[in-house]
Amino acid sequence: MRVGVVQFPGTNCELDVMRVVEALGGDAELLFHSDASIGSVDAVIVPGGFAHGDYLRAGAIARFSPMMDAVAEFAHSGGPVVGICNGFQVLCEAGLLPGALQKNAGLKFVCRTVEVRVETTTTVLTNQATVGQILRVPINHFEGNYVCDDRTLDALRTEERIVVRYVANPNGSLDDIAGVCNEARNVVGLMPHPERASDPLLGSDDGLVMLRSLFASVVPA
Amino acid sequence: MPSFAATVDITHLPGILDPQGATIDRALPALGYTNVTQVRVGKSIRLTVDAESEAAARAQVDEMCHRLLANPVIEAFSISITVEGER
Repeated sequence: MRVGVVQFPGTNCELDVMRVVEALGGDAELLFHSDASIGSVDAVIVPGGFAHGDYLRAGAIARFSPMMDAVAEFAHSGGPVVGICNGFQVLCEAGLLPGALQKNAGLKFVCRTVEVRVETTTTVLTNQATVGQILRVPINHFEGNYVCDDRTLDALRTEERIVVRYVANPNGSLDDIAGVCNEARNVVGLMPHPERASDPLLGSDDGLVMLRSLFASVVPA
Repeated sequence: MPSFAATVDITHLPGILDPQGATIDRALPALGYTNVTQVRVGKSIRLTVDAESEAAARAQVDEMCHRLLANPVIEAFSISITVEGER
């Protein structure tokens, strides 16, 4: 199991993600933004941070990097792709996920562990979880307020593409959305950081079930 | 080739919550401006474009807005263009 972890200028969670991937027995490989190939990885994680300084809009510049073309091609061919926090913003800007993330209601930067509820288990990030399971996972963002138009929200609800919801909405996010997936359910974006809930020493290891799900989503070649 | 000064005005789509506008909306009455409502905060991007005509400049800036400058999911944009001179 090889997991590619994308690194843009300003990404800052790549080493945390790689460490957890390796702790779970996988191989982690850094994918540099200016390279145009993901190589032979089985899954891709776009980690958190401030890609290209979040200038203009979070993810707006990052989406045009050569690596994102390769990630999009991988996603379209069914490869598992997960965007965490800034990575979620990048995937939305790239059009791999619907909607957008804008400034938190109340203009508060929120950094704390929150509870999220698993809403569907038919995604690459939740197939080892159970519906209704409550996970304690940290959030750390200023722009995590999910928005989309009414038609998109209807589609997300009826197709059960809202992957996780906040138990207590911390940022004004539409319908308490903490994470969504694409139609094919192989691309998931979420604001909470599962890699930061990967050991009891960190206060929670509830994020591991998500990363184990990602591992389980890879069909052995 | 003539050059044109373009100003792109980017605002939140109607109905999309604007947290910065909402905060200012609450701050102004505290200063006594109790007759102010509907505060919206946006972005203004100014650029100079060398193009054959104003229409060509406008078409190119419009394309830039769709591809990069604005996010159509949450933002609306308007473009104004004036002739800057020859270069």
